[in-house]
Amino acid sequence: MDSALIPKGVKRCSIGQFALWIAVVGAVLLWGVWAMLLCYFKGLNQTNMNNAYGFALWIWADLAVIALGGGAFFTGLLRYIFGKDELKHIINYAVLIGFICYSSALLILAIDVGQPLRAWFIFWHANVHSMLTEVAFCLTLYFGVLTIEYVPLVFENRQIDRVPFFHNLTHNMHGIMALFAATGAFLSFFHQGSLGGVSGVLYGRPFGFRTGLLIWPWTFFLYTWSAAAAGPCFTLFITRITEMATGKKLVKDNVVELLAKIAGWMLSTYIVAKIIDTVYWAAVTAPAMGLTLMDFYSNNPGSVYGLWILIAEVVVCGVLPAVMLVAPRIRSNPGLRFIAVTLAAIGVCLNRWVMVLQMQAAPVLPFEGWFTYMPSWQEIATTILPVAYGVILISLSYRYLPIFPQEPELNPIEGGK
Amino acid sequence: MFPFSFEWVWDMGRMVFMGGVWYALGILGMGMTYCVIKAVYDTAQGKGGEHGHGHH
Repeated sequence: MDSALIPKGVKRCSIGQFALWIAVVGAVLLWGVWAMLLCYFKGLNQTNMNNAYGFALWIWADLAVIALGGGAFFTGLLRYIFGKDELKHIINYAVLIGFICYSSALLILAIDVGQPLRAWFIFWHANVHSMLTEVAFCLTLYFGVLTIEYVPLVFENRQIDRVPFFHNLTHNMHGIMALFAATGAFLSFFHQGSLGGVSGVLYGRPFGFRTGLLIWPWTFFLYTWSAAAAGPCFTLFITRITEMATGKKLVKDNVVELLAKIAGWMLSTYIVAKIIDTVYWAAVTAPAMGLTLMDFYSNNPGSVYGLWILIAEVVVCGVLPAVMLVAPRIRSNPGLRFIAVTLAAIGVCLNRWVMVLQMQAAPVLPFEGWFTYMPSWQEIATTILPVAYGVILISLSYRYLPIFPQEPELNPIEGGK
Repeated sequence: MFPFSFEWVWDMGRMVFMGGVWYALGILGMGMTYCVIKAVYDTAQGKGGEHGHGHH
């Protein structure tokens, strides 16, 4: 029924199967939309945020998807600026994943802002001394860049490409894509960094506070660095999941291994910097504020924030995947590579979790205890909403757009049309 | 925010911050304008369509 829309040289499931799949994921999406509408019409009393937790599950989800979406800007930088030509076979998917991550972040922020009708205030009445203003500006602009990068892919649909104007527009946009990619990398550097800067400048929150360089705390640089390391890992993770779901090989090993190798070296250098930062914070910064390392990792309800979380983030999901991705023999093993990129993606999510939620949970004053927080079902549903949206957009893009240029070669169709 | 907004002050923070924003917006806007105008011109010249090929 929709065969005229499907790219040439590839095979897709029947429209009935596809519709059933979209309906299942769509049901989850509708659950999230229902929760979102409750938040819009009834207000933020639908959440369990309170005076101790001004930032909560939504902000963690925001920071996590933005870090995971970093694969788009970093792969674009490698492909268009550093000339890593092999990556042209995976750049489309990196852009799609980045587009989903950033649109999800904006969607969550649109709920979190509480007063959607005043969302434009941050652009018009900008506080130029605020890290969050920089985040809002760069995030919005970079989403524009990602849209510019994704639109040509939509225009490459078999039927749309037949229209001369769209064909020419796609051709022209590809011609100056390096300009857009460079602008995207510039914007990403600043908004990824500013997200880290938000916790780093909070001198009233010793768990997050860091010293730094000029106006930028060290977390500014660590966030950009970790996004450039974990973003490509997430791209590889989703690529492998897509291959498993479709039962096809979609990208050649040399492309995957090149991106994994670069991500591995980025992760290695990042984790060294992260360890130095943690040691300096534990030995100098926190004691200067009258606190010891164990003040942040003990006496909390159920030991939710024990030392285990630091070890999990830095060692299990940092050092371990870095070593695995740097070692050629481990990296070339698909199973071990998949474990490594999965750990790296979990690691960056864990980092954002502690820097958003543990930072607010840790007591600041001597008479305070640990603050607890459990998200409401509306917060959970609206956090799952972008996942369902992402699955639907990936499914539609995979079915109708030439996302994987190597797919026809890797999966030839008998009698090939 | 523009320099004619009531809260605008000519200080370094606003000039650097808002200058960067308008610079980035300018690049994206001019880039897309160039692509659209050239696509209209190319289409008028009879280029494109049917023989589509992949761009990556």
